[in-house]
Amino acid sequence: MPNFNQITTFLSQKVVGIAGAGGLGSNCAAALVRSGIGKLIIADFDTVSPANLNRQFYFHDQIGMNKVDALRENLLRISPMALLQIHNTKVSPENISLLFSVCDVVVEAFDDAFQKQMLIEYMLAVHPDIPLVAASGMAGYGNREQLVVIKSNNLYVCGDGSSEVSEDNPPMAPRVGIVSNMEADVVIEILLSKANLN
Amino acid sequence: MKIILNNRNEEFDGESLTISQIMEIKSFHFKMLVVRLNDILIKKDEYSTTTVKDGDDLKIIHLVSGG
Repeated sequence: MPNFNQITTFLSQKVVGIAGAGGLGSNCAAALVRSGIGKLIIADFDTVSPANLNRQFYFHDQIGMNKVDALRENLLRISPMALLQIHNTKVSPENISLLFSVCDVVVEAFDDAFQKQMLIEYMLAVHPDIPLVAASGMAGYGNREQLVVIKSNNLYVCGDGSSEVSEDNPPMAPRVGIVSNMEADVVIEILLSKANLN
Repeated sequence: MKIILNNRNEEFDGESLTISQIMEIKSFHFKMLVVRLNDILIKKDEYSTTTVKDGDDLKIIHLVSGG
């Protein structure tokens, strides 16, 4: 096993894209910055709302801010030297390549299933060589043993694949936190599998 | 035929089935899906024309909202 210094030195040369800065994206970004990823490219068009604070990496005094601006502020408090490229824009087939084609790994961190499918299909078709880490199924609480990673070539899908968000099954901090950190862990695993440490 | 479905071994009657037939047998009635047969992406309009054979690796990944 490489030591933490070797890991962060290697990861500091890597670029990771994060599509969406909600519950998945904001928490995944925090884990990646703490792990020393060289550069994050983060895109989201939303603003911080009170309902986000039950699971997203934002604070009460950031309500109303653009999520990407608030996230940059928070990530820079963890690591003032972090390289962050933020885009206050909605991710669509028109801009995915512009945003993420330079990335070593891309993280799907949307809320909406249509958006998830759009990004997955676009990346598999246009950028099949860039590993894509996605998430599906993390609403509610409990059923931790159902949380898995399904791997298909360069696509990794984290979650239970069935717990959809609804009025009776709200997204909550612990499970969203687990899956967003699963995504970050898979990113690090993918990157380090290509490293020649030790 | 024996295939791998979502990382698990599964056995079906017959020598080949379409992806639509497998979804019917398994009661997969999901709206948003990513389907990959031997790591190749299969689009929605190809589910009923793409056949799965013995030894194939099929992934039917359900995409649900939340994040």
